[in-house]
Amino acid sequence: MSKRKPYTRELPTDWWMKQLFYTKYMLREGSSVLISIYSLILAWGVLRLSQGEVAFNGWLEALQNPFAILLHLIALVFALYHTITWFSLAPKAVDLWIKGKRLDDKVIISGHYAAFIVATVLCLLIITL
Amino acid sequence: MNQKIIEIDILRYRPEEDDHPFTQTFDVPYSADMSILEALQYIKDHLDSSISFRWSCRMAICGSCGLMVNGVPKLGCKAFLRDYFPKRISLEPLANFPIERDLVVVMDDFINKLEEIKPYIIPEKNEAGDKKCLSEGAYKQTPEQMEKYRQFSMCINCGLCYAACPQYALDKKFIGPAALTLLARYNRDNRDAGSAERMKIVNQEEGVWGCTFVGYCSVVCPKGVDPAAAIQLLKVESSKDYLIGMFKPE
Repeated sequence: MSKRKPYTRELPTDWWMKQLFYTKYMLREGSSVLISIYSLILAWGVLRLSQGEVAFNGWLEALQNPFAILLHLIALVFALYHTITWFSLAPKAVDLWIKGKRLDDKVIISGHYAAFIVATVLCLLIITL
Repeated sequence: MNQKIIEIDILRYRPEEDDHPFTQTFDVPYSADMSILEALQYIKDHLDSSISFRWSCRMAICGSCGLMVNGVPKLGCKAFLRDYFPKRISLEPLANFPIERDLVVVMDDFINKLEEIKPYIIPEKNEAGDKKCLSEGAYKQTPEQMEKYRQFSMCINCGLCYAACPQYALDKKFIGPAALTLLARYNRDNRDAGSAERMKIVNQEEGVWGCTFVGYCSVVCPKGVDPAAAIQLLKVESSKDYLIGMFKPE
C-alpha cells in the first residue's frame, strides 16, 4: 500500500506582506484605487462645469479643502510610483529588433520618459495658454 | 581550533508519521565555500539520515535541488552559506507545490503543463499534408533567428518561478511562467509552424491573461531566463490574434 500523503500548504492571506518584492507589487497595483478616486473627482468637475459657473466654482472651492489637497498629494505620489515602476518594466513587453539586435532596455526606458516629458509640457502649454 | 557553526532550520514532513510539517534545527560546521546542497548532504551523512531532498548535478544544470531559502526560491547548489552566516538559515520545500516528503515536492502539475504546451517543433506541412522529407534538406536557421528565442530555451525546469508566482499560488489552473516561456520559445522559432495551435492555449484566461506582471519569476530564475518578458510578449501576440480574429474569423 502506498504511504503517499502529499501535504498542501495554505497560502496565508498576508502573503504579500512577507516579501518586500510582493509588497512593492501590491503598492503598484493598489495605486489604481487612488488614481480611480482622482479620476472620479476630475469627472465630477467636468459634470459641474456643464452645470454652469456657480456649480464649477463650488467644485473648485471644495478642492481647497485640506483633506482634498492631502488626497491629491497622496494620489500624485502613487501615480509617480506607478509610472516609474511601470516604465522600468516596459522593456519586457517591447520586442524591437534593429539590424539583428534587440533594442537596448535603456533606450526603451528613456523613450518612455521622453514621451512622458513631451506630453506633460504639451498639457501644461494647453492649460496655461 | 573553534569550528564555526551555522544553524539550519528545515521544514520536515514524513507522510507516514506526521499530519503537519514541523521545523527541525541542525548545527552544521560552517565553511565559506559550502553550498546549501552540501550542507544538506552533511546533515544526511552525519546528523540525520532520514532527511529527504532532491539533487543531481551540483552545478545548476539539472534543476533538481530547488527549495525555499529564507522564503526565497533558490537552487541549493547555487546558494552558499557565506551569504547568510552568521544568521541562521531556514529551508523549506518549494512554495506553491504540495510536499511529498521533507524538501521533496510533487511537481506533476508543472510537468503536465510543460507537456500541454506542445514543447516540440511542429513542422510546416505541404498541400498534401505531409512534412518536408529528409531528402529535401535541413530546416535552416540564421544566428539572428536563433537569437529571437535563445534565452527562453535556457530553462532547466527547476520550478523556482512557480514558487515565486503569487498568481500560480492563488490559481493552480494558471499555466505559469516556465511553461509559457517554453511556449514562447517554440512560437518564436522560425522552423516551427505550430503557433496557431499554441495560441489557443495562450489566449485562455489561464494562459497569459492569468499573469498580472508581478515579475518575481524573472528575479528568481537561476538561468537568467526572463519568463515575465516571454509572457508580456505573448500578451501582445494574443491581443493581435484577438484583433485579427474580429475581422477574419477562422
